[in-house]
Amino acid sequence: MKFLAARRRSPLAAVAMLLIALIGIGAGYAVIANARPAEAAAVASTETQVEQGKRLYLEGCASCHGMQSQGTSQGPTLIGVGAAAVDFQVGSGRMPMAMPGAQAAPRDPAQYTDDQIAAMAAYVASLAPGPAIPTQEDVNFESADAAQGGVLFRTNCSQCHQAAGQGGALTQGKYAPSLMNAEPKEIYEAMITGPQSMPVFSNATIPTQDKQAIIKYIDTLQTLPDPGGLALGRLGPVPETVFLWTAVFAALIAVAIWIGIKAR
Amino acid sequence: MTATSPVEQVGGGVATYVDQRIGSNKFLARNLGKVFPDHWSFMLGEIALYSFIVVLLTGTFLTLFFKPSMAEVLYDGSYVPLKGIKMSQAYSSTLDISFDVRGGLLLRQMHHWAALIFIAAMSVHMFRVFFTGAFRKPREFNWIIGVALVTLGLGAGFSGYSLPDDLLSGTGLQIARGIMQSIPVIGTWMAFLLFGGEFPGTEFISRLYGVHILLIPGLILALVTIHLMLVWTQKHTQFPGPGRTNDNVVGYPLMPVYMAKAGGFFFVVFGVIALIGGLVTINPIWIFGPFMPDQVSAGSQPDWYIGWLDGALRTMPNIESSLFGFTISWNIFIPAVVIPGIIFTALALYPFLEAWVTGDKKEHHLLDRPRNAPTRTGIGVMALTFYLLLWVGGGNDIIAITFGLSINSIIWFLRIALIILPPIMFIVTRRICLSLQRRDREKLLHGYESGRILRLPHGEFIEVHQPINAKEMAVITGKTDITPLPLPPATDADGVRNKHFQVKKLRAKLSGFFYSENIALPTAAEIEAGQHHAEHAAAIEAPLHAYEDADQINRAHGGVLHHPGMPLTNAEQLAEDGGHL
Repeated sequence: MKFLAARRRSPLAAVAMLLIALIGIGAGYAVIANARPAEAAAVASTETQVEQGKRLYLEGCASCHGMQSQGTSQGPTLIGVGAAAVDFQVGSGRMPMAMPGAQAAPRDPAQYTDDQIAAMAAYVASLAPGPAIPTQEDVNFESADAAQGGVLFRTNCSQCHQAAGQGGALTQGKYAPSLMNAEPKEIYEAMITGPQSMPVFSNATIPTQDKQAIIKYIDTLQTLPDPGGLALGRLGPVPETVFLWTAVFAALIAVAIWIGIKAR
Repeated sequence: MTATSPVEQVGGGVATYVDQRIGSNKFLARNLGKVFPDHWSFMLGEIALYSFIVVLLTGTFLTLFFKPSMAEVLYDGSYVPLKGIKMSQAYSSTLDISFDVRGGLLLRQMHHWAALIFIAAMSVHMFRVFFTGAFRKPREFNWIIGVALVTLGLGAGFSGYSLPDDLLSGTGLQIARGIMQSIPVIGTWMAFLLFGGEFPGTEFISRLYGVHILLIPGLILALVTIHLMLVWTQKHTQFPGPGRTNDNVVGYPLMPVYMAKAGGFFFVVFGVIALIGGLVTINPIWIFGPFMPDQVSAGSQPDWYIGWLDGALRTMPNIESSLFGFTISWNIFIPAVVIPGIIFTALALYPFLEAWVTGDKKEHHLLDRPRNAPTRTGIGVMALTFYLLLWVGGGNDIIAITFGLSINSIIWFLRIALIILPPIMFIVTRRICLSLQRRDREKLLHGYESGRILRLPHGEFIEVHQPINAKEMAVITGKTDITPLPLPPATDADGVRNKHFQVKKLRAKLSGFFYSENIALPTAAEIEAGQHHAEHAAAIEAPLHAYEDADQINRAHGGVLHHPGMPLTNAEQLAEDGGHL
């Protein structure tokens, strides 16, 4: 205590106290905020999955999507969007939306457990027929042709997601996200449901086999080594320009100055 | 001749042998001792030259393996994610260079990085020449050659960027063709002529190849030679400094000092290019895929030197009009043809415009410090601001996604900033330059602030000013003051109307715009008076003090009271401390 007592009048004492208080409040908030609503799962055993889904829907979704899922000015109708849309949107943490914005941003971890997501998906699927959650078989891309997938990717996906799948900007702050962490099921669901600004690529447009090829190509991009060295985000000339001027040219000028100084 | 060392004997023997056949000794004796001034900014052009040499060497290697053909082939190389895909032979051979030719990727990347550095160095070298006024008489032609070299550099770069026929380069060509087509009347004809038909056709890559490896490098080599010959005969400019005048060159001889320096710097540049060529990816064409007219990638950008043109296209509002049933795409024609046309014309003509405005017909071998030409520096910064804003526009989508911004907001910001910011930067730069001139004048008059605080006997604190050293004195007094041209008379002595009155009036006004606010260097008498004044200022302004022991005061000078045995004036007090005010 002597150590503290000797320093309590130090000009840094107030700063230290403030820091301790802030860290304490932050840590406390983090504990409370991360406490999941565990009671919901406990009740689930006595009700059917659809009933549970409906209850969760009314609690967490209805304020924007409407009591009958008919849609409001705040959110679109969910009638006919299918289980795949719920699995994609809630599973990736995009829904429930943290705040109004240009578009829903993914959050990790998701805000609901897998069981809860499945229940909500079942409820939304019960409203009207829609795309179902893809099966293991649907997303199995082992036998697909990556090169063919690359052609399909560049024809259908790269204009928004960029040729290397790094994502790209759309209008008014909307964007096509990077695919570097996307899982096969997520990619498949995105194609069949068309989330945010993305168009729907139904099985009539791109058959399952081609979807698997696209997934295979994205998987290739995710695991592809960079034989040329530092990849600079695979974003093309813009990061190359930044690197050129900030690192390379700065170094050359530094050498020039060094040679100039030596002359004196 | 007395006995010499074996080395000298052999060297002399070789020199004599060669001299008897090509008469080289006289030439070498005259030129090896040629003196060049020294400054780091004089080496920017060297970076350009050396990176160009690297571009030529690596490019020669690439020509051994590159096939400039748009004939369709099925890829069967080592890069699996493209195996069995239809592509042009140009793209396929570039993949082979990258994956199947030993050292191919390294040399390809070195070639590309060196090309970027080449144009970057030329541009920065041009800024140096502009801001120091090195383009003034007699170097106007060399400035024009420089502008031509930059333009050719852009052409060399863009044609090289377009050769691999990957998705990025094809997209660039598509835009280039669109720009051609936007030119009224001849645009469509021109595009069809150059591409040999519809886009993309089967001809363009092989046509571009000839331009890229023969025409443009040949022209660049020829112009670089003239550029350097002119530097040689006109001698290099130098910054003002001790012993440096408009009629001499102070520096070191070519042999051995600059031979060693330039040679060493060449290897440094080569080394840096080799290093990043091996360590940092540039243009990974295998990821972009082969060019197909129906495909495009988000974030498609040109290389940095075309970025400002792309930015101009991206920022321009969408205006089109229809004339006699023909569409005129102002939205493409203005940003991609008119604006670059104006910029390059203004750039090439600037030395003549400035000389006309200022009426300056003297030869200049002593450089201007940028502050001493505030209007020119302001114009330069204004142009640079405009250029950089367009450059930012070229990367608007990458900026939007990287920083979570709306691309629309960026475009609107740039549209407004492009009009507002350059004039603001002009005014700010000009004011800064004038302030620096004032500071220089202050330094001449009162010396520099030494940072040493002195307490005077009556309690006042003053900062001691020290005279600046000879080098700084020479740098500051190296400035030439120019008076603006007088307004022309409207009529001559006989009352006859001056025919060129309007033009001459405009010229006088522009000249006033250039020089009227110039802070003239003090004359020798002023410097003398300034020093004298400074010595007395503190003494006169010092407050009176009532000392209790007033009876001991034997003399008051300039309002300062003194005790017996103390220095009589503040100046004396300072002199004792080895300074003056």
